[in-house]
Amino acid sequence: MMDILEILVSAGFWAATIRIVSPLILGTLGELICERAGVLNLGIEGIMTMGAMSGWMWVYMGGDLWTGVMFAAFMGLIFGLLHSIFTVYLGLSQHVTGIGITLFASSLSYYVYRMLLPDATTPPKIEPFQVYEVPFLSEIPVIGEALFSQTPLTYLALILVPVVWYVLYKTPLGLAVRMAGENPMAVEAQGINVLSIRTGAVMVGSAFMAVGGAFITMSAFDAFFFGMINGRGWICIALVIFASWKPGKALIGALLFAGLDALQVRAQQTAGALIPYQFFLMMPYILSIVAMVIMARKASYPKALLVPFRRGERT
Amino acid sequence: MALLAFHNITKRFGSLVANDDISFSLDRGEVIALLGENGAGKTTLMNILYGHYTADEGYIEVDGQKLPAGQTDAAINAGIGMVHQHFTLAENLTVLENIMLGTESLWSLGQKRAPAKAKLAQMSKDYGLKVNPDARIADLSVGERQRVEILKALYRDARVLILDEPTAVLTPQEADSLFKTLKSLTKEGFAIIFISHKLHEILAISTRVEVLRRGKIVGSIETEKADRKLLAEMMVGRTVERPVLEQMTIGKPIVELEDVSVEDKNKDTSGIPKLNQVNLTVHQHEIVGIAGVAGNGQSTLADLLSGLEKPDAGTFTLLGNAVTSASPADIVHRGVGRIPEDRHSSGVVGEMMLWENLISEDLRHAPVSKAGVLIDRKACLERANKLIDAFDIRCEGPEAETKLLSGGNMQKLILARALSPQPDFILANQPVRGLDEGAIAYVHGQLLAARKRGAAVLLISEDLDELFALCDRIAVMYHGNLTPSYDAKTLTTAEVGLMMAGTNHSEQTHSENTNHSVTTNSGNEEQPHAN
Amino acid sequence: MQIEPREHVAAWRIALAPVAAVFISLLIGSVLILWVGASVLEAYSLLVKGAVGSSFALTETLTRSIPLIFTGLAATIAFRAKFYNIGAEGQLYCGALAATFFGTGLITLPPLLMIPFLMLVGALAGGAALAVPVMLKTHLKVDEVVTTLLLNFVILLFVGYFLEGPLKDPMSMGWPQAEPIIDEGLFPSLVDKSRLHFGFVFAIIGSVLCWAMMRFTVWGYEIRAVGLNASAAKFAGINVNATVIRTALISGGLAGIAGVSEVAGLKGYLTLDISPGFGYTGIAVAMLAQLNPLAVILSALFISMIYVGADSMSRAINIPTYIADVLVGLSVLSILVSVMLTRYRVRFR
Repeated sequence: MMDILEILVSAGFWAATIRIVSPLILGTLGELICERAGVLNLGIEGIMTMGAMSGWMWVYMGGDLWTGVMFAAFMGLIFGLLHSIFTVYLGLSQHVTGIGITLFASSLSYYVYRMLLPDATTPPKIEPFQVYEVPFLSEIPVIGEALFSQTPLTYLALILVPVVWYVLYKTPLGLAVRMAGENPMAVEAQGINVLSIRTGAVMVGSAFMAVGGAFITMSAFDAFFFGMINGRGWICIALVIFASWKPGKALIGALLFAGLDALQVRAQQTAGALIPYQFFLMMPYILSIVAMVIMARKASYPKALLVPFRRGERT
Repeated sequence: MALLAFHNITKRFGSLVANDDISFSLDRGEVIALLGENGAGKTTLMNILYGHYTADEGYIEVDGQKLPAGQTDAAINAGIGMVHQHFTLAENLTVLENIMLGTESLWSLGQKRAPAKAKLAQMSKDYGLKVNPDARIADLSVGERQRVEILKALYRDARVLILDEPTAVLTPQEADSLFKTLKSLTKEGFAIIFISHKLHEILAISTRVEVLRRGKIVGSIETEKADRKLLAEMMVGRTVERPVLEQMTIGKPIVELEDVSVEDKNKDTSGIPKLNQVNLTVHQHEIVGIAGVAGNGQSTLADLLSGLEKPDAGTFTLLGNAVTSASPADIVHRGVGRIPEDRHSSGVVGEMMLWENLISEDLRHAPVSKAGVLIDRKACLERANKLIDAFDIRCEGPEAETKLLSGGNMQKLILARALSPQPDFILANQPVRGLDEGAIAYVHGQLLAARKRGAAVLLISEDLDELFALCDRIAVMYHGNLTPSYDAKTLTTAEVGLMMAGTNHSEQTHSENTNHSVTTNSGNEEQPHAN
Repeated sequence: MQIEPREHVAAWRIALAPVAAVFISLLIGSVLILWVGASVLEAYSLLVKGAVGSSFALTETLTRSIPLIFTGLAATIAFRAKFYNIGAEGQLYCGALAATFFGTGLITLPPLLMIPFLMLVGALAGGAALAVPVMLKTHLKVDEVVTTLLLNFVILLFVGYFLEGPLKDPMSMGWPQAEPIIDEGLFPSLVDKSRLHFGFVFAIIGSVLCWAMMRFTVWGYEIRAVGLNASAAKFAGINVNATVIRTALISGGLAGIAGVSEVAGLKGYLTLDISPGFGYTGIAVAMLAQLNPLAVILSALFISMIYVGADSMSRAINIPTYIADVLVGLSVLSILVSVMLTRYRVRFR
């Protein structure tokens, strides 16, 4: 018991939590934007893989870190566009399309990686984002070290939470996005193109996911491994449900989740002898399921989620 | 120059010609009624005007300017506003948000809520359309939602207002107040297109009637020169026979509800019971009608009687035995025939074949299946062929896809499934919604035949004309409560209208059997049982 | 752009849809081949040769199709009821684990009983793995897609624990692998000197049974009705929850049998890499078969051809083997479009 308390007050624990949470925030926000517009994006796992590979590869090939992030985001936009051509314009099954995108995007990532680095036996490394200590703020004990001694991509993820909230709730664009997820006919009747709104949301959301993936290879680690996204995308989808499709709650949910994950890693070190490590590794996935179960009854999902909108079709 | 002119509009859906060479125009201050049966092409035409659909041929002019086809924003900018039959509102959002959508540039970094709210308040006052801008749509009544829809159009500076079946969901009194609003709008120079198939409304509100039949304009007449009979004949193309309610003595009670309540299990909503201590008895040889504005508990009552809900309190007795659990299969087995409210979403599985939909209520019994496991396809096809003949279902055969059927034939399929086992009790929930006159007459004929052979029938409808034409007794639902049922011969539409708005019948200032009316739009002419 | 439903769907269009989808996938995949600098035609002919060009290659392709038929059926049955079971991968491992648990000496029966017994416990384990997600779905409305996906990771770790702990083969020199299945439990070989085993026959029987169930039985009717229009099914008196649960158990069971077949038919013992994603590929198999259990055989054979053929193609022209996965992913997307085009026409104006 003392151990856990000790962990909870240590700056290292909180710093780890914030580090773990960054890609989750990006992925969760991305999925949230898609779903708010009425489109489930099960392509997230593949798009994160694609972001992780493409951003890393850009840098490995000699590009600089920020353009690498932009390149990853660009790949996200492309796959988001693909997903919306299928689900928004053609009105095809969002479930199957998403799975198809995940299969395609992740296998394409591996293909490209192998293609460009055919002989690499040990994964090559890049110089990743370095910690940027925010002047003054980083000197605050515990909080400073946890919150303000992180890499720039973490700051980006944290800043995007209020930005997404503001755009969704305080701008005409956000209103149109939310409306498209509630009743697309209402959007159409006010003279706004539902298909464009949804496509835009899915593309931007997918770019968020890709940057979330890039965080893992360019900030948390410095190399690309096979299977390194390891279900994080699916966890993000669970977090969106847990958050009731609200950005603020998504942040809280992701923090809670990352905190438990960081705790799990530390508990593994102390209690590892007693409990096999696999059970610790299971925790994030089981926690995600539990989170969904807790919130499923209360969740008020966007009314038009999964419902395709076909313009000019007779009803 | 006309404010708005249609020129030779033609629109096809596959092989169906929904609009066929339609031309007419309207001016400021005019109220044009578009009259036609369901499926005549009224809504399609308006959807073309508003830019939801693109016409295959023809064009529309506003103030002599050609309106770009298929662009809703262009229609809005040209001053056209549409109140859709199915409201286009997002329920989880507020009134103000619903109205503001699309009024600001999508790329602006903030919303100007305060001025929008002020403008809305001013308009609310000017036109007498009261709404709370911060209320969630989900919390509004149907009448209030319609006001929001009208305000939405006015907020965008509409000059031409399209109202698609606006009274379908209103009480007669609410409809009156809507008419007052519309009249004051026309005085200010608005032009209104009013879609309806209700003749008395059209006579009351319009200046000119355009009659549509099978996609074509079959007549255009100044309202002053028109009367009900003439309009009805123009709309249907022949004289309309009204069903005759034969005098009959009732038999034993079939369905009895005593103080039945059904709780609202959804925690999001207010927690008011969906049915509150409802009492109702339906006997053999009678049709009891349930009137009410949509959303007052009729669908819960229907769910209860179809076996989808169970009573949380009170007793539900069917043929002398209590019903305590929710099981559609059990209810059907015990002799209930059910016609659901929405045939597409709960009546049939559109992608399955006709014969498959005909057996869906009887899967585990012979002759449909052997031992409840193997479906006897041959026996099912035989049965389907018989039913197709008996109920005159026009189709390519029992193996045709069900979704290809027209609305009327799909309803006949449901009638065949529900009525062929000769049920003791028939629940008919909005059985003629969206059907044309021929199909309506067929459905009504079947219900009357069932009454004659001794079935008890409960008819839920939002159409008072239908209820008065078919029912022996009528009761009204309001906020989950059911009034006692009254003899249909002694009731007036106005009285039912007041009950639909929650006024207790006994509180009404006049006795039951005098025939004076409280509102303007009803008269004896309204009462089909009077002829 | 206007999408209009066709009033009549011609049978030839339905039959042609998967062919078109395959063609589109191969066409897009050829971009990746050109990138290597190889000739597209040569590459694809190498792929075909590698998959069916010799009797050895042919048996390999058939062998590889066995788990794909089972996981394809698992997805087919579940998707028919609109129950999106994306957890066949985990259910496969559960089946394999159960077969290992009972088949490594715990119980010994004559082969005629032992093999069906192992398949039964594998099916039960696969079904059990899906019991939690399906109950969560029917009783608490928790989305099954995410729960089944997440459970895949949990189950794999769970199996990993067993392979490093209780079920570890002491003779495995430190590798995480289980003791071999006893001889009575091993599937007989179908063709001498090949890896093709009796599982292929089971897979064909499974497909036929599933097809018959969907077409001739009340269960099949209920599954289709619930998937096409759950509220109409409910209104008609079909117990929707019971149908979904039943469907899930059948689906999980089929995936479980895939695991049994890999352990008792092919490898002989359980390791953590018996499935290179058969569960996920099963979705592609099912989609390509347009959710028709008989067509699953063909589409599984095709996809297995791609995997087996891609191996030899990649050796010959030095192209990453991931080309096979890319083609499979592409085929899921292209079958969606080509099936849509059988039912709708797209008009541009």
